[in-house]
Amino acid sequence: MIPFTLEGLDTGPAQTWGSVRLVPLVRDEPVPHLRLHRRAYAEGSPVVDVGDGTSYTSFIPHAFVATYVDGEDPAASYGTRLLDKDLRRPPSRVPVQKTRRMARRVAKDRLRFLPQHLAVEGYLALHFGGPEIAWEEWSRSALSHGLSPRAERAYTGARVQGLEDALRVFEILPGQCGVLVYVLDALAGAFAVPHPDDYRALHATLIEDLYGEQIYQYGLLGLHVQDMAARIDDTSVRSLADLRAQAALRQREWAEFHDDVMAGRLFDREGSYKHVQYIDDFVLSRFLPSFALRRENHIGEVITGEGGGVAYLKTFRLSDSQVKRGYLLSRLAAHGWNIADTAAALGTDATGLGLRLERAGFGYLLRKDVLNRYRADARRGRTVQRPKRVTPTRPHAGR
Amino acid sequence: MSETIAGLIACEDALMFVNAAITSTGQREFHHDAREQQLSLSFLHAYMRENYRDLYAGALALNVNDTNAMLIVFNLLVHAGDVDVESRRREGRLIARRLELLPQHRVYHLFGALRRAGVNNRRTRAIIRDWLAGRRDPAFDAVKYRAGVKSAARHAHLPLDGELARFLFAPQSVKRFSTPLFETWRRAHYEQAALYELPFTVAEGFAAKYGIPRERFLERIEPRMTRLERFRLQENAQVGETSAIRRNTDLAAMGPTRLASYVLSLTLDDRSKRRTELTGALRSAARRVAGHRAGTWGRVTAVLDDSHSTSGSAQKRHRPLAVALAGHYLLEALAAPGAYRPLWLSGRTDALLLFPHGPTPLGMRLLDALDTAPERLIVVSDGWDNAPPGLAADVLRIWRSRLDPEGRVAITHLNPVYDASGYDVRRLAPSVPTAGVRDAEDLPALVELARFAEGRVGLDDLRGYFDEQAARFLGEPA
Repeated sequence: MIPFTLEGLDTGPAQTWGSVRLVPLVRDEPVPHLRLHRRAYAEGSPVVDVGDGTSYTSFIPHAFVATYVDGEDPAASYGTRLLDKDLRRPPSRVPVQKTRRMARRVAKDRLRFLPQHLAVEGYLALHFGGPEIAWEEWSRSALSHGLSPRAERAYTGARVQGLEDALRVFEILPGQCGVLVYVLDALAGAFAVPHPDDYRALHATLIEDLYGEQIYQYGLLGLHVQDMAARIDDTSVRSLADLRAQAALRQREWAEFHDDVMAGRLFDREGSYKHVQYIDDFVLSRFLPSFALRRENHIGEVITGEGGGVAYLKTFRLSDSQVKRGYLLSRLAAHGWNIADTAAALGTDATGLGLRLERAGFGYLLRKDVLNRYRADARRGRTVQRPKRVTPTRPHAGR
Repeated sequence: MSETIAGLIACEDALMFVNAAITSTGQREFHHDAREQQLSLSFLHAYMRENYRDLYAGALALNVNDTNAMLIVFNLLVHAGDVDVESRRREGRLIARRLELLPQHRVYHLFGALRRAGVNNRRTRAIIRDWLAGRRDPAFDAVKYRAGVKSAARHAHLPLDGELARFLFAPQSVKRFSTPLFETWRRAHYEQAALYELPFTVAEGFAAKYGIPRERFLERIEPRMTRLERFRLQENAQVGETSAIRRNTDLAAMGPTRLASYVLSLTLDDRSKRRTELTGALRSAARRVAGHRAGTWGRVTAVLDDSHSTSGSAQKRHRPLAVALAGHYLLEALAAPGAYRPLWLSGRTDALLLFPHGPTPLGMRLLDALDTAPERLIVVSDGWDNAPPGLAADVLRIWRSRLDPEGRVAITHLNPVYDASGYDVRRLAPSVPTAGVRDAEDLPALVELARFAEGRVGLDDLRGYFDEQAARFLGEPA
């Protein structure tokens, strides 16, 4: 059960450009005590020391630095000053910058983390340990090294057609602290920060974020979305005041529709979350969805305040194949990595599940001879005894 | 009913073209890049020339911008043979008059373009000949626009008098020119001091050749600068902390839009420091433009766009906002004293300290504007209504259909930005006339033109309007 909500962030009127619809999120007042800064990495590809001697290398153009500010006023310059002290550039002879851990406390009141990668790491590490019980089907490497190496593919915003222009022509609302990005009305990601100034500074970084395969493909289609403007009914208006009331009503209806329908699946009710770091009263966590097939699944990271209100949020929409992989792994884990049990739960047999694992890119987990046997079975047509779908019959049809 | 569907379409097409020709300069705008703008514009030009050639030529008499005037002249000359002699004469007169009004460098550009396109019919040659013959100071032109004059003379096979021909085509062969400016130019090749007697742009080349420090150069060349050159460079010089160029105190001599652009280019601190001076200059420029119409417009409310999109582009920096700002002062002058209400979209009230910021809640501001019960409502905006989208159209539609069917409030929308994908400026609602605007100076004339866009005035009236404008333009009795 994910406890996060977009409480305190009001949905504003959407702005569209080409296939992209951007829905602003507005705060009445900024979240006190927390500011977010951007820290650009000149070298571009930091290597992250994960802790046990292995390294995580990726192209990350920037990190975010969350600063806890004591006292009542937001004090933007205070945080910036602190940031300057810390921003020692690495010596130019060292081409690779080493960053320790994905989210790290840089000082008592400051937390540095790599946006989105925290969430992506959470997804990559899903049941990363591999089979807990050495069932005979699993290969030796699966038992000793788990799912390693584990790779996933995503696209930067710059490759999503039309996103760059949409971000450029977007007009930031006063008090805006976040945005939801839709491509052909598929929710691509959500982004929220504690303070409007932070948002203004970080708006352009959306182009450097990761987007899933589906979003990339939707961008390629080059279709246009229309403004969702419900016409005001002429007959209900007798004066300017009526017109004003109708306009306010339309705005409320839009916000409700958006929150319930368009962004309804952002936080999966059956998903899970995990705390990563604490910074005074705030908690940095990441969350995973329930991997329900053929539905939206978002992974993300979030900083919440005392009341559970979202201070910072960044999500990534998994592509369908990524959802499938997550689904298979979670099903396997639920059944103690037993092929037969899992197959039964999925309504197929061992051969079917084996081939499904292979198609999902997990073929390397199975023993070579076992996989060959599945393939041979499939060729001989002895596969997939799908249980007959039981169609409920109506006893007295036609009466 | 005399109006046919074809007539209505023609009317619409002509207005669409006029709007485009007034606003678009083929440069990058906030929403569309230069390529899209040029592509869209070239289509409109071809379409108009093919279908409504008389209106197309007649547009030269309207306030179309220089880029489009050049394009129209170019297209008319490229396709000179398509029309009969009578129309050609009329076109010829319009072209000649328009070329007189265009800045010289643009005319030389146009001649260059004609040369590159291989257009060398008799009319073209005659037009080049007549235009060059009408120049006040051919020697000055030959020095300042040497390449332009040279290529035009060569292209039109002009017989040049001895010294001008030698200056253009064989300057090395001459030991001494008798024309003073030519002689100065010759001496400038060998003598640094001589270059300070040349026009600024020519001297700049020589200064680069001699490696003269910029500051010293500006200081000494200052008396030779034109008014606009001095205007452009004075802030530049301030930033560089040189005292090379004295600040031009004669701000009020500028047109309101240029002045507004200048004001917006200053920092907010500078603007508040020079508040009295700048406001005074803007006010008096607006009063001068308003002229005899000052104070005749009654109660006026203006909805003025200062959203983020009015920042324009690198090429047209702050242009839409500058138009709105100049329009603000102009409307203040046109309205009856004390009966003017400006409503900026962001809700700010200090016009001098504006900068592009925030969304475009046109609908809500229109409601506020209608609440003030004005006689005239002027909207200056690029029409990208987005907070919430479509509300402005709804408000205007319902206002016209339910709340004010008699049309007590005259609403006009002026749009400074050409929408390349729509082949027109963006409209707010079908019931409200929209006209493109490039300089706020044209605002009163455009409000008049906009009534054609309401669809109530037919093609005959529109042709009448074009003819009237052409007669005024050519200085003939209508």
